[in-house]
Amino acid sequence: MLLRAGWRRAALFVTVAPGPRPTVPSRGLRLSVVDDAPQSAVPTDAAAAPEAEVGLRPLYMDVQATTPLDPRVLDAMLPYLINYYGNPHSRTHAYGWESEAAMEHARQQVASLIGADPREIIFTSGATESNNIAIKELEAAIQPDTSLVSVMTVNNEIGVKQPIAEIGQICSSRKVYFHTDAAQAVGKIPLDVNDMKIDLMSISGHKIYGPKGVGAIYIRRRPRVRVEPLQSGGGQERGMRSGTVPTPLVVGLGAACEVAQQEMEYDHKRISKLADQLIQKIMKSLPNVVMNGDPEQHYPGCINLSFAYVEGESLLMALKDVALSSGSACTSASLEPSYVLRAIGTDEDLAHSSIRFGIGRFTTEEEVDYTVEKCVQHVKRLREMSPLWEMVQDGIDLKSIKWTQH
Amino acid sequence: MAASSRAQVLDLYRAMLRESKRFSAYNYRTYAIRRIRDAFRENKNVKDPVEIQTLVNKARRDLGIIRRQCLNDHPKQLNSACAAVEGEAAEAPLCLLPGTAHPLLCPDCGRTRVKVHISHLYSTDKLVIENQEKPRT
Repeated sequence: MLLRAGWRRAALFVTVAPGPRPTVPSRGLRLSVVDDAPQSAVPTDAAAAPEAEVGLRPLYMDVQATTPLDPRVLDAMLPYLINYYGNPHSRTHAYGWESEAAMEHARQQVASLIGADPREIIFTSGATESNNIAIKELEAAIQPDTSLVSVMTVNNEIGVKQPIAEIGQICSSRKVYFHTDAAQAVGKIPLDVNDMKIDLMSISGHKIYGPKGVGAIYIRRRPRVRVEPLQSGGGQERGMRSGTVPTPLVVGLGAACEVAQQEMEYDHKRISKLADQLIQKIMKSLPNVVMNGDPEQHYPGCINLSFAYVEGESLLMALKDVALSSGSACTSASLEPSYVLRAIGTDEDLAHSSIRFGIGRFTTEEEVDYTVEKCVQHVKRLREMSPLWEMVQDGIDLKSIKWTQH
Repeated sequence: MAASSRAQVLDLYRAMLRESKRFSAYNYRTYAIRRIRDAFRENKNVKDPVEIQTLVNKARRDLGIIRRQCLNDHPKQLNSACAAVEGEAAEAPLCLLPGTAHPLLCPDCGRTRVKVHISHLYSTDKLVIENQEKPRT
């Protein structure tokens, strides 16, 4: 049978060239390699396994660290990785024009999510770069007494929502620039740069179910906010950020923003419900659990709980079937307790026992139930092993103990 | 174009749920099924035919996305896909089955088996040179 020329959507068969068997990463997640032995031309030196063994993967409850790509976003990006590969800054041919059209469409999608004008959006490599551009503006300020207020919209560790509208009001009345890092907030809570009087905003792609390696900075035009570029070169993005704009990534960011705008209400309702369930179930089954962060001004998808008398790292290790974190991914390499918890006045020992549960668009009720069950089970077990817990059960006040030095 | 009938909407709903079940990733699969159910439920009392048509068109686009993404998902998954494309019933649809070594016809549903690349899912027009009657070389 002949493939009809006009037919677009054919069934897919992907041959994976096996090559040498990949080394197993040391943390225990195994890559499952699909070996298509009869078809491949490349001989494998490893013994041809009938089918690669697939280990069971842990549940993902760490959405503040990063989010999976929404299938709608991937679908939007793929054409630009396959056929529409032009440089968006090429002005002389159709490849450039179509790529530029996609880039501008993405810009419009990002702008409409935050109530901005597309001319106020500059694409960057992520929220970190956007933050650096915004802060550097301070040094480029003309007046000697100009200052900048920079506040995170939603904290990534404890999920607290800052009163952005109020801060914006104060800043604009004092003629002070207001920057906010909205990486965790964009697409999850309603944001409007004009209502909240925001002058600069950082946006991150991979926090809103978009691709990694892309972000944007919103820079207000009226009144004009002057920023100094971090990287100079060909003058792309109005001279604010030189370098070829990565069309597939920005298309993904735009698609992610559009999906977020459509799904915001539904996701928020669902995530709130799941968050309530998680907190209620844990609090009901375990004593001495503290939720960090303001309970009112709180984004429901980021829950930070401190389990007294249990060491946070050991609980994380015990919960090996669930991908969790204590504190932010950017500080996870160090053993210091979270600076955020310290700043809100949490006791040192409670700060060490904090775990962050992240609930996102794709989290299911089953996953939450499983996480709660395992968490309760392991906290109970770890507390049984803890001499501090024993002392507390006997009624000893830990703060009254005089620890001796050896 | 006549507005979509109740039967068509139900067919679309069933087709979307059926395709969503083929996602190999747990999180995508459960999200798709849940979202489709909730969205159709939420809009079940819409009366305005123009609005209904808009929603149906969006659903058709999303069905296309799910189909393409399921095929991308995992090479093994492709093997169990019968890729009948809605609206193109006149053309011979494809079917792939696991284990079989590419016979011309699928033993199960009689459709043609073809081996293709991801670029077919996101294909575009041919280049000018491909339209020439006789190839130059």
